[in-house]
Amino acid sequence: MTPRFPRLPHALRPLRLPLGSPLQLVLLACSFALAGYAGVRLFAGDWFGVALWFVGAALLHDLVLLPLYAAADRAALRAAGRAGRRAWVAYVRVPAVLSGLLLLVWFPLIAGQVDRRRYRLTTGLSPDGFLARWLLITAVLFGGSALVLVVRLRRAAKHRPPAVH
Amino acid sequence: MGRAPPFRAGAAYRRDMSDRRLPTSPGFWRSPLRGPWFTSVLGLVLLVGITVLFVTGLVSYAAYNPGLTPVNDQTPGKGILGFYLFDWPTRPSWLYRLTQNVHVTLGITLIPVLLAKLWSVVPRLFALPPARSLTHALERISLLLLVGGVLFEFTTGVLNVQLDYVFPGSFYPLHFYGAWVFFAAFAVHVALKLPAALRNVRRARAAGGEPAPPREGGDLVSPRPDPPSVSRRGALWLVGGGSLLLFATTAGRGFDGPLRRTALLAPHGGPEPGSGPGGFQINKTAAYAGIDAAETSDDAWRLVVTGRTGTVRLARADLLRLPLHSSALPIACVEGWSTSDQWWRGVRLRDLAALVGYEDPAGVPDVFVESLQRHGAFRRAGLRANQVRDPLSLLALQANGEDLTPDHGYPARVIVPAAPGVMNTKWVARLTFGDL
Repeated sequence: MTPRFPRLPHALRPLRLPLGSPLQLVLLACSFALAGYAGVRLFAGDWFGVALWFVGAALLHDLVLLPLYAAADRAALRAAGRAGRRAWVAYVRVPAVLSGLLLLVWFPLIAGQVDRRRYRLTTGLSPDGFLARWLLITAVLFGGSALVLVVRLRRAAKHRPPAVH
Repeated sequence: MGRAPPFRAGAAYRRDMSDRRLPTSPGFWRSPLRGPWFTSVLGLVLLVGITVLFVTGLVSYAAYNPGLTPVNDQTPGKGILGFYLFDWPTRPSWLYRLTQNVHVTLGITLIPVLLAKLWSVVPRLFALPPARSLTHALERISLLLLVGGVLFEFTTGVLNVQLDYVFPGSFYPLHFYGAWVFFAAFAVHVALKLPAALRNVRRARAAGGEPAPPREGGDLVSPRPDPPSVSRRGALWLVGGGSLLLFATTAGRGFDGPLRRTALLAPHGGPEPGSGPGGFQINKTAAYAGIDAAETSDDAWRLVVTGRTGTVRLARADLLRLPLHSSALPIACVEGWSTSDQWWRGVRLRDLAALVGYEDPAGVPDVFVESLQRHGAFRRAGLRANQVRDPLSLLALQANGEDLTPDHGYPARVIVPAAPGVMNTKWVARLTFGDL
């Protein structure tokens, strides 16, 4: 059998992508069909806004949120390492992660970006106090973490043999 | 690094070095935590959790009885996506309270697991070559739907719960159709990955701890890991701790009294809006709904009941002279909060149907309920015959032994067992019995 492009150099031959598993191909086709059916309805209104939110959520997470918290963690680790207290980083990491999660989930209420008048009129409740409560929880988390560290250090000091000169 | 490159390496060496500063190089990713076991455990938790979220979400749509009348349906263009719809039952009376509290509370609880799972696989976002095969290329496109979809669903849900309506459109169609787009990608992702995830976890269990170097998912393991600052198990404990904290500060909004006060940061957590018999949680206040006290006064307000035999107009005093019955029922909101059982007293809906020609309780029809409220999606609602027939379904006049407060629907409101909160119309003006 003669090749179809006998004289072309390798780089200029048409890109030949292997098919991959046919079963997986069929599954993916089914998935895209269903996603398309629902997607037409999802995009029926403000299609641009929805697309922006859909793709933007993924980009914002993968390219902003994740690098930010990863960099913060590396910075904390490096700082602890320079101070010769690498093991202590957990006592910052744990309360910071927990407090950060609460802030992430309840950001609109904590930051007061929810329409205050509507919140009050809808629920009959005050839109205030979320920031104060989050700060208090954060204080308790870091305070508790510091307390655990102090207790562990004292216990370790007690069990340490007398200083060797 | 001050070392001079060895002579033979030349260009290849320089490329290697610059590669490590790019996320497309496996060497860029330094965490010793990443690996197939970690990802598999998180993936299996999400498989169970997200399946529950999807099912309870679909159930919530069915609870609105969207097939009964267009006013109940926020997604009328659903087509075959409503294939599963069924007549929503009235028992157990806490059914919607359970399913919707699970939907929202579990969703919030899963957020740390979701974030950890996404973190654990992020190197694959940048992996090269972009496609090894056509199947692989399509799978990567599908992953955009998966990740975009899951973040879209969690974000719209979390914002809606906080009444922060910044998303581009009405919540119901966005969350419902978004869920189906996500589910399409989720189902194929599970089909492609579940076998490997199960093998990874089983192998780890057989090895009595974290696994030996794997065959599948080995690309997640960093080729030059940093020294560990926490074990994989420790990291999982942190994820679990985050979930526990979110659960503990959210779950209380499904109950009245001291438990609600534990929901420190969640809307409808903390103290009740009022005190006394009518002090329990409110969805829309009378002021929000634009209810004028002049229209609800004894002189002005008349309930208009229409049916087979014509129309009856009843003052509140007339209603109080009809046989009154009691029901202990909760209010359960789509936003995932609910009250404990309140003690409602009023006229049975089926007794009102009897006034207009439907004397046989077995033959009561559907009812179309209209509120004094002038705007808002749920100022009108249709209830199905099984809901009208239930002896616990009332046109309530009192709550917890006193007249309804304006915010709870004075002069009269509907309360139906197991129905979503907004289907229990407040400030009722008109009931039209007949098949919808």
